Amino acid sequence: MSRRKKRVATVSLAGCFGCHMSLLDMDERILDLLEDVEFDRSPLTDFKQFTRRCDIGLVEGGCCNEENVHTLQEFRNHCDVLVAVGQCAIMGGLPVMRNAIMHSDDPLRECLDEAYASSPRVYNPSNQIPNDPALPLLLDKVYTCVDVVKIDYQIPGCPPSGDVLYAALSALIHDRPPELDHASIRYD
Amino acid sequence: MKRRFNIVVDGKSVTVGDGQTIMDACDDAGVYIPRLCDVEGLVPQGSCRVCTVKANGHTVAACTQPAEAGMQVENDTLEIKNYRRDLVRMLFHEGNHLCPICEASGRCELQAMAYRLGISQATKYPYLQPVRPVDASHPDIALDNNRCILCGRCIRASRDVDGKNVFEYVGRGIHKRIGVNAENLAATDASIDDYAMSLEVCPVGCIIRKREGYFAPVGERQFDRRPIGTEITSPRGRRRSRPRRAQAQETGDGE
Ligand code: SF4
Ligand code: SF4
Ligand code: SF4
Ligand code: FES
Repeated sequence: MSRRKKRVATVSLAGCFGCHMSLLDMDERILDLLEDVEFDRSPLTDFKQFTRRCDIGLVEGGCCNEENVHTLQEFRNHCDVLVAVGQCAIMGGLPVMRNAIMHSDDPLRECLDEAYASSPRVYNPSNQIPNDPALPLLLDKVYTCVDVVKIDYQIPGCPPSGDVLYAALSALIHDRPPELDHASIRYD
Repeated sequence: MKRRFNIVVDGKSVTVGDGQTIMDACDDAGVYIPRLCDVEGLVPQGSCRVCTVKANGHTVAACTQPAEAGMQVENDTLEIKNYRRDLVRMLFHEGNHLCPICEASGRCELQAMAYRLGISQATKYPYLQPVRPVDASHPDIALDNNRCILCGRCIRASRDVDGKNVFEYVGRGIHKRIGVNAENLAATDASIDDYAMSLEVCPVGCIIRKREGYFAPVGERQFDRRPIGTEITSPRGRRRSRPRRAQAQETGDGE
């Protein structure tokens, strides 16, 4: 009897989708992988909810808003092994710049002002900052995945290359930890 | 008076010349000991502790510890590697190291050290995310303190090689910072031609040479192909002597 396929879920939180694009850089190896894997909740399948419990969850991006936190918690609750993929998920990545580099007592306010009001490149005569109730509430700062839930493994990179993702996923679907040799570790 | 004797490093005999530290002797023998605050050409300061080894069972900084005849040194062991990993991890957590946007990425010694030590998994430390200033006042140089690891290489280079004292430590403990000897860098006598501002001195992306960023494409940066330390272990690039350090020691100990 053949082994049951591993169920994999993926999500992009406060990330740029670059890590998901990098999954596609596995090229035709993704077909080999599909022999052993089926995707559940993921932008690749466009499933917005989990259909059942998954073996592996891949998380791109940290948490910059309320919805990110809820989604990450759902991933933790539905996945046996949760993996932070890419620098944004691991240490906040580019969005985390708003935490400390702004030199402000109220960095979120300053960030919104810069984006919507005070920058010379913005035309916004009424100085409106988007606040539609449908928009998720922004958090006071950007949180990394480990700040919010337990993370089992990390795959560093911005993004991790297709080769690194392939090596890491191949290990994970065979129930091995995704160990990277030092030539495969990249933080950029 | 010339004396030579041997020490044993991870079971291998290493010859020591007169007055050499453990690190000097290992460098000459092609044995790499990881380091961040020590660099060829400057007096060793022994502050980062990444060069920690065990000598006769005691942890010491290899860059400052004089070698003694018959010393038994442990360098490449799991125990020592774990010390070094923790030290390097803490440096990442203490500052703001956003490698994807850093101009030094690919030629940064801190990053390269983390790669060499195989740091890829989560740590037990929180990210402190300190708020630190950027000084871009100087026309040719910027200082991004978010990435400073307080190695003091710029201090020693400016003081001992340039004879200028542009940099100094200010504050204590977790508040310790690199300061400049005027209101900002533009108000000092710092020049882009100073040795302190050269690419060899700052191991990270704190001292930035303006308008030179990203000079090497990804794939051809200093540590893209060869891990840090290869310059010591590969015979072709091995250094034979440390002339500039000797010179600095003669002139620079006036404090
Ligand atoms: S780690 Fe890099 S590629 Fe991945 S989401 Fe963040 S910015 Fe994009
Ligand atoms: S200084 Fe080095 S470790 Fe820090 S962000 Fe730049 S490349 Fe990364
Ligand atoms: S500015 Fe660079 S050389 Fe000076 S202490 Fe900081 S990291 Fe070291
Ligand atoms: S290199 Fe020896 S303490 Fe830093």
